[in-house]
Amino acid sequence: MAAPRELTAPALSTRGLDKSFGSLLVAGGIDLALPQGARYALVGPNGAGKTTLINLITGMLRPDAGQIFMGGEEITALRPEQRVKLGLARTFQINALFPRLSALEAVTLAVCERLGHGGNWWKRLHAYREAVEEAYGILASLRLGAHCYKPTRELPYGQQRLLEIALALAARPKVLLLDEPAAGVAHDGSAELFAAISGLPGDITVLFIEHDMSVVFRFATRIIVMVAGRVLVEGSPAEIAADPRVREVYLGKKGHHG
Amino acid sequence: MTTGSNALAEPHLYLRAQARWHGIEIAFWIATLLPFLLFKPYLLLASQLAITALFALSLDLILGYAGIVSLGHAAFFGVGAYAAGIVTKYGWGEPLSGLLIASVAAALVGYAASFIVARFRHLALIMITLGMGLLLFEAANSASWLTGGADGLQGIKIWPLFGAFKFDLYGVTAYGYSLAVLFLLFLVARRLIHSPFGLSLRGIRENPLRMPAVGASSQAHIRKIYTIAAAIAGVAGALLAQTTSTVSLEVLGFQRSADVLVILILGGAGRLYGGILGAIIYMVARDQFSGLNPQYWYFWIGLLLIAVVMFLPNGILGGLAKLTASWRHRAS
Repeated sequence: MAAPRELTAPALSTRGLDKSFGSLLVAGGIDLALPQGARYALVGPNGAGKTTLINLITGMLRPDAGQIFMGGEEITALRPEQRVKLGLARTFQINALFPRLSALEAVTLAVCERLGHGGNWWKRLHAYREAVEEAYGILASLRLGAHCYKPTRELPYGQQRLLEIALALAARPKVLLLDEPAAGVAHDGSAELFAAISGLPGDITVLFIEHDMSVVFRFATRIIVMVAGRVLVEGSPAEIAADPRVREVYLGKKGHHG
Repeated sequence: MTTGSNALAEPHLYLRAQARWHGIEIAFWIATLLPFLLFKPYLLLASQLAITALFALSLDLILGYAGIVSLGHAAFFGVGAYAAGIVTKYGWGEPLSGLLIASVAAALVGYAASFIVARFRHLALIMITLGMGLLLFEAANSASWLTGGADGLQGIKIWPLFGAFKFDLYGVTAYGYSLAVLFLLFLVARRLIHSPFGLSLRGIRENPLRMPAVGASSQAHIRKIYTIAAAIAGVAGALLAQTTSTVSLEVLGFQRSADVLVILILGGAGRLYGGILGAIIYMVARDQFSGLNPQYWYFWIGLLLIAVVMFLPNGILGGLAKLTASWRHRAS
């Protein structure tokens, strides 16, 4: 009975998601439906509620009202780590890594947790050879293989941003939420990062927050524009580029900055 | 270290190299047998040292690996000591089963406490663990029908170890027994920290906020390690009760909680051997300084603690590791 529903249900969807901090509305009536394999960009001016939306979807914040679904299954009441186990992974705008663990250890940790080995305290780590090799494979696919034995804090910033993605991939995500993956990275580094992102398996649904519109138009198949906690418009890059409201609110605001 | 081309191609070899025994470790454990030959008058001190080292090891598992601060760790040491003492009052003086009973008692108390501990961090956690320690101290103080209250537990009778080795006045059995238990539980701790669970604990220490985002339940991990650490602390307490045939309220005291924290910080947290090294420095210093002027020996410990925290933030062992690393770097 559940199987046909899962085939048609979007990979990730929300219904009427509301959240306020005191009198400040940060999410109002958010309805989303992301089909499997889609590449969504989430854009909007600072303070529009983009990161808050990711925090709501991943369970780091509780919505005041509304529901969240993955593949037709409601996850609104699940704890963050339970959602990760269902295949909902995220990265952070500000690096949230394990400074004194090597990159290999960090990703191995994440793989072991996914496989349910996280509580095993007798067999030593190197005996979990499949998990270790999977972790190494993820790092190698992001071209971190040669640097994976160094403590995370000694890696250059750009590699730390890639490690953020590696940690999320260790969860074998069905849905991957990237909060400004290239934040703080120089321009060519940013291109390299998004090349890595566009090289991700096609069945993963990706939603990324990004301010650089040229990157957004290049890598997104759909774009969501948020303003003041609400979805202003959702559409294809061509539709968004032509939408007068987007020009007014988003590009207009940008114009004020010069 | 094997981080050469071999390990690059085979990541599990790199992890295996990390878990490998070093020559200096083996030399250290052989050296722990020296007191039997060279320092016979100090065997009782050596057994107390091994017990303190075991207690510090149990704190290292929660503080050094999972980053959980505790200022009430004596609670579990004390529960173990009283449990081991009380069973002998009811006519069962066999030491090994006494250890087992004590560790189960301490683990149960630790498990109950872990549900609160897992929810807090930093200053709140220090205050909560401190408060729980005070609660247990006063509970033991008032339950004098069971614990002997302020007079201490009287009439502890321990049977010979394996029915053959009596706990003698010179501490030969006491040291052999304490050292063997320390070594066995050290082996368990060493396995644990090189397991996936040990890696997840270090993850909690390094970034507790990231853990849920990699699908880990930090609270479940914390409850587990807190219970294990409490059991080991209970064994340490039981060893003290059995080897000295006394249990006083001091086993639950705030001073003991503070001392073990100082010992671990001096030696270096998160390194397994830090607690052992700290215990050696602390116990030998106490023995020597308190011979000079018994009232003021904490002055020197205070001075040492400040100096270590200021100049060796990873403890004496951390400082030594840095030193050998820079020597090796210069040599190559």
